[in-house]
Amino acid sequence: MLDVYIKVQNLSFSRGDRVIYEDVSLTIPRGKITAVMGPSGTGKTTLLRLIAAQLSPDGGEIQVDGQNVHTLSRSALYKVREKIGMLFQSGALFSDMTVFENVAFPLEEHTTLNANEIKKIVLEKLHSVGLRGAAALKPSELSGGMARRVALARAIALDPELVMFDEPFTGQDPISKGVLVELIRKLNAADAITSVLVSHDVEESLSIADHVCILAGGRVIAEGTPDQIRRSENAQVKQFLHGEPDGPVPFHYPEDLGLEQGGVSQ
Amino acid sequence: MKGLISLGAWFFDWLEAIGRAGIFLFQSLFRLPVRWGEAVNLLVRQLYSVGVLSLVIIIVSGTFIGMVLSLQGYSILAKFGSEDSVGQLLALSLLRELGPVVTALLFAGRAGSSLTAEIGLMKATEQLSSYEMMGVDPLRRVIAPRFIAGVICLPLLSMVFSAAGIIGGVLVSVGWLGVSDGSFWSLMQQSVYFDTDILNGLIKALVFAVAITWISVYQGYECVPTSEGIGKATTRTVVLGSLAVLALDFVLTAAMFGDF
Amino acid sequence: MRSKRAELLVGCFIVLGLAAFVYLAVQVSGLGFSSQKDTYQIVARFDDIGGLSERAKVTIAGVTVGSVDSISYDKDLYMAKVTMNIESDVKNIPDDSSIAILTSGLLGEKYLGISIGAEDRMLQNGDEIHDTQSALVLENLISQFLFNKTSGSDK
Ligand SMILES: Nc1ncnc2c1ncn2[C@@H]1O[C@H](COP(=O)(O)OP(=O)(O)OP(=O)(O)O)[C@@H](O)[C@H]1O
Ligand SMILES: [Mg+2]
Repeated sequence: MLDVYIKVQNLSFSRGDRVIYEDVSLTIPRGKITAVMGPSGTGKTTLLRLIAAQLSPDGGEIQVDGQNVHTLSRSALYKVREKIGMLFQSGALFSDMTVFENVAFPLEEHTTLNANEIKKIVLEKLHSVGLRGAAALKPSELSGGMARRVALARAIALDPELVMFDEPFTGQDPISKGVLVELIRKLNAADAITSVLVSHDVEESLSIADHVCILAGGRVIAEGTPDQIRRSENAQVKQFLHGEPDGPVPFHYPEDLGLEQGGVSQ
Repeated sequence: MKGLISLGAWFFDWLEAIGRAGIFLFQSLFRLPVRWGEAVNLLVRQLYSVGVLSLVIIIVSGTFIGMVLSLQGYSILAKFGSEDSVGQLLALSLLRELGPVVTALLFAGRAGSSLTAEIGLMKATEQLSSYEMMGVDPLRRVIAPRFIAGVICLPLLSMVFSAAGIIGGVLVSVGWLGVSDGSFWSLMQQSVYFDTDILNGLIKALVFAVAITWISVYQGYECVPTSEGIGKATTRTVVLGSLAVLALDFVLTAAMFGDF
Repeated sequence: MRSKRAELLVGCFIVLGLAAFVYLAVQVSGLGFSSQKDTYQIVARFDDIGGLSERAKVTIAGVTVGSVDSISYDKDLYMAKVTMNIESDVKNIPDDSSIAILTSGLLGEKYLGISIGAEDRMLQNGDEIHDTQSALVLENLISQFLFNKTSGSDK
């Protein structure tokens, strides 16, 4: 059996009245790339935040490397987070720092390296995302795709055990996309990093992932290797993979009945 | 009855909000920095944007208010033949009231609103989450330096304001209206007390500083992270901050100067 | 670099703020380091101090030589007891000098004026001036004036 790095058990979570997860269980194997896919708004970003314990579940538990992250003390949790790199969907670069300082920040905060060593690592990470020349720029001077690549460099600056990529490919041209795919693959090969990759890009994801989870409607509709997913006979999975508008996967956000009734009664 | 219940509910919401803001402040201040050099750096940067950048507006407003006070005071006092006391009027009103209060109101508009907007935007662009994800406490890293800078800057700015006002007043009353230099200063010095006037003014400024900066950073941190939410939070900072200053000013004045 | 400049400006700002504070303390409130001159205390009791306040000046021949230190109520004599600090170089105030509460202008500050006596003995630290003249209270003056008028027209 696979060596499990993250184990999600019977997870339930809702935002207000809207149930996002109901009794979801999934596993993320150690040292592998796991792709999490699903329609927009199903809660993929939410899942990443739950794993990092930025949100607390209503029920169930999440174990990261054997520790239930939601019962840890604050300082223990912060220790765990030092081992986690996260690429936010929006990049989330610190706007008051340059690109260089952004990437250097986690190193300065959590290591005792001297300025020269930090500089070496930062430039190397920026080089790997093709932005070594942009080190002196401010985040406001970057394009969306560049910002995301800088954020990626920052996420891997500390050589974390777990990296979570929230849609790294959006806004990248085919070349940078290829570079990023290569980078993610290389990260995994060299360091046995566990990666969680959230993406809509079906082909890209299936090509680099070792393990795939497809979420829809608050539950896991399929989990397995890319081959298993490709061969799946599940109608929902097929619809998602081939991007058909009609089928069992709801494309529309659930409508608020109260609003319609209110409209009718007036 | 219904009104009573909703009033009660409102009161409890209000209490809860105060409690949350209090815990928030406590947590930002009592988590000590890990790297002191870095912390000092952050503080200097905030002192710059909160203090240095407010300096011009404070000096200009202070000078003009001092000049206007002298003109008004002179024309009223001249009716009683005691225009020499204009220095006394100028100094007392600046030190006890106008210095701390006007500085605080300007501060709420100039620095408070920008603190709220800045923190709100950091929240909206997930920078605060990002700190958390890196195992860095955003309260310590983002909130604490801003709060401390605000509390340091406002009393200093209020001193600068009063001094600028006095200088503006001297220019008008001695330089222009022809009040005698000697009696201007001697009457002023005779009626201004270091402890009751200057120190009390300083205490007022300090209390206002805590109130405004606290409101500003809390509104930013708790805002709805959208452009509309940030706009609303900024407005709330200015409105709540100004009201808090005026209400606190009444309480403090009654406590400090009330026992005539 | 940029942060060096910010540090410099922040330094200027803090120095400016402190300078403003010192300016207000020294120039506006008259809290002088030089005014901590040697002084000695003398006491006077008045029937009515009529608005004299602490720190009011004490003058001889119109020149300030000291200030009021404290004012209290002497409940045995039903009088106001005023303690004042006089500069030590003015050590030659005769024992029988008199002291009056004066007003600068019609509505101005109250202050004390000492009129020099003729004795050879000089006032020492803690001594009392016995010849005192209370404040002129405006209301009393006016009522006296009216009373004199009416009683005058009666005759
Ligand atoms: N702060 C919030 N408050 C209330 N509801 C929220 C909040 N954030 C997200 N949601 C809701 O949670 C649901 C899941 O959001 P999430 O961001 O996890 O989606 P996602 O799967 O990442 O979508 P996408 O692929 O578009 O990024 C959405 O339907 C959204 O309406
Ligand atoms: Mg998302």
